[in-house]
Amino acid sequence: MIRLVKDDLRPPGPPPKRHLISVADLTRDDVERLLGTARTFAASLERQVKKLPTLQGHLVVNLFYESSTRTSSSFELAAKRLSADTLNIKAVGSSVDKGESLKDTALTLGAYDPDVIVIRHPQIGAPQLVARTIDAHVVNAGDGKNQHPTQALLDLYTIQEELGRLEGLHVAIVGDVLHSRVARSLIQAFALVGIRTTLVGPPALLPRELPAEMTTDIAAIRDADVVYVLRMQNERMEPGANFVPSLREYTARWGITPERLRPGQKVMHPGPMNRGVEIDPRVADSPESLVISEVRAGLVTRMAVLYDVLTGGPVGVQALAAAEVA
Amino acid sequence: MLWQKDAPGANVVIRGARVLDPTEGIDATLEVRIDNGTIVDVAEKVDANEHRVIDAAGLVLAPAFVDPHVHLRTPGREDEETIATGSAAAAAGGFCAILAMPNTDPVVDSAATLGSLVETAQREAVVGVGFLAAITRGQRGEELTEMGELADTGAVAFSDDGVPVASAGLMRRALQYASITGRPLALHCEEPTLSHGAHVHEGRVAAELGFAGYPSVAESVAVERDLSLAAYESGRIHVLHLSAAESVDALRRARAAGIAASGEATPHHLVLTDDAVRSLDPNVKMNPPLRAERDRVALLDAVRDGTIEAIATDHAPHAAHEKDVPFEAAPFGVTGLETAFASLYTHLVEPGLLPLETLLERMSAGPARLFGLEVPRVATGATANLVLLDLGREWTVGEQPFRSRSGNSWLLGSRLTGAVRMTLAGGKVAFE
Repeated sequence: MIRLVKDDLRPPGPPPKRHLISVADLTRDDVERLLGTARTFAASLERQVKKLPTLQGHLVVNLFYESSTRTSSSFELAAKRLSADTLNIKAVGSSVDKGESLKDTALTLGAYDPDVIVIRHPQIGAPQLVARTIDAHVVNAGDGKNQHPTQALLDLYTIQEELGRLEGLHVAIVGDVLHSRVARSLIQAFALVGIRTTLVGPPALLPRELPAEMTTDIAAIRDADVVYVLRMQNERMEPGANFVPSLREYTARWGITPERLRPGQKVMHPGPMNRGVEIDPRVADSPESLVISEVRAGLVTRMAVLYDVLTGGPVGVQALAAAEVA
Repeated sequence: MLWQKDAPGANVVIRGARVLDPTEGIDATLEVRIDNGTIVDVAEKVDANEHRVIDAAGLVLAPAFVDPHVHLRTPGREDEETIATGSAAAAAGGFCAILAMPNTDPVVDSAATLGSLVETAQREAVVGVGFLAAITRGQRGEELTEMGELADTGAVAFSDDGVPVASAGLMRRALQYASITGRPLALHCEEPTLSHGAHVHEGRVAAELGFAGYPSVAESVAVERDLSLAAYESGRIHVLHLSAAESVDALRRARAAGIAASGEATPHHLVLTDDAVRSLDPNVKMNPPLRAERDRVALLDAVRDGTIEAIATDHAPHAAHEKDVPFEAAPFGVTGLETAFASLYTHLVEPGLLPLETLLERMSAGPARLFGLEVPRVATGATANLVLLDLGREWTVGEQPFRSRSGNSWLLGSRLTGAVRMTLAGGKVAFE
């Protein structure tokens, strides 16, 4: 058996910095610490003055190569709530438009000595490239179809808040798993905290050899405590790829309708929703839908992530004292 | 046909080496005398005759290596490799002969382009360099090249390497026409509708990381198709860079049935699996992709039993700035000339997975036979195509600068055992 491990392939580099690039890098302790920190911040947001001085003087750069509403706005607001300076760079209208490489953009931003770079990029491995190019903590806000770790964390937070626990629950993830970075991060995060996962979707949209329970039968969602609906990634469906014959056929077979749900079954969706495609509007607007809770969770979870990568530990006495001052 | 820069033939005597030539059946401590580039004596004791004497005690003297598959990027991308730098890298890797693929810019699809490359090789090459010409004009998969004239100008074989010949009808015509030249078709087997947009072997790693999968069957259906066509037309094909167990099985069956088919495997496919892709290092991205452990084992078995007769590096230099991008944006291909022997010695021979003699045969006589080149031999009367190997020496890849113009090695930073001390190519000292 011959394996060259990762370290063999690279010349020795500087000591590792704290990044959040993949859920695979997290331990269960890390997840619990992050969720605990997020709860602390949630409590602080209920005060009159919502700003904490915790990250004063730190610079958080949000580098977004793909469009995003929820993720970019919540990272920006999270940094601002913690009093960090923010710099928001979008691919459109920047030098990226002029063909600047990711490496050069990273080097340029590195010259401002940012503490954290939050990056969303259409290509797998972009956060790793930034991490090995400049000396900043890197937070992955989505890289291609690979990972979206803060989405997984905010979903764990939401489930814990709404269902009161994580361990022993059963979640069905429904839809286009193949093209979903959210699904990839969730599968790892669920495994970490003891949630059973079932993947449900059309055959060509379930990846081969993924170590998870998989079925094409939508009836399988009835056993789950939570039905997690993935967006049909139209923008990743090239014409003629024939992953499914039509959206109409998809909706008929796998769309989440009130009829397919058990009473009281919770429904989640990372957004943006295609109402009437993967999710029936009656489900989206029902009290069982946790979509807005997920958005709220996004803010406090991302505050926790920024705080955690910079301080490397749980919210301690100092942070609470700072909160008091605020 | 090979071309090499003119230089005086070597006059040397090599003493004390363990001479290992699987083709000649030699494994003994012998002395070798070379007069003006030709081996004139192989014996227990030879007369030095005022020649330079090389004390090779503790070293292995073997037939130098032949690489049937390299990319010299000339013409068009001389910033990545030239015939001078690529052949120097080959010499440093123990090769006496290399064959260059025609997927350059412009494509080697006319006698004029090939002729100018031959002239450049005669000026610059420090080892023998041969050229394959394209099967189709511009490698567009539409019209056949003028294979007759290309063969007369020196093309050793025909290949659209880098892009598959997608049309079965055109492949059939290519097999029919190539038969007049006596040259094989060297085939990049890939069914593009199954590999479209993919970067990584379709398996657990691709599923977990979110890469579009490049399934094994994208290669094996193309291999099966081309073997069927070769059987029907009695043509001769050589399957490039085999990567999948199913392709190897198909080749083994075809050979048993008497079809004139051969195959090659690369060091990276013999050593790594798609697990290496977890590093997201663009230097483990190549086409075909690294596959599963069962595929790697199948390739190794085929190298052992002779189903795969040749080891080929598929040396594919890329500019640093083009590889220093996210994995998905990086071009396919890795370098290999300077590390081929050491990587296989370290990872296959030392752990006892492959006999040294077999490795030496598949890196030298095997490929030479397939492409009609002079088989390097340690024998009286043969041209001195020899390599001196130090099997005890450990080194770190990348510590010394590469002779190749590009450094996109999959072994960067790793420790290897086995170093090339000296290469004689076409009777000339090409490296020491």
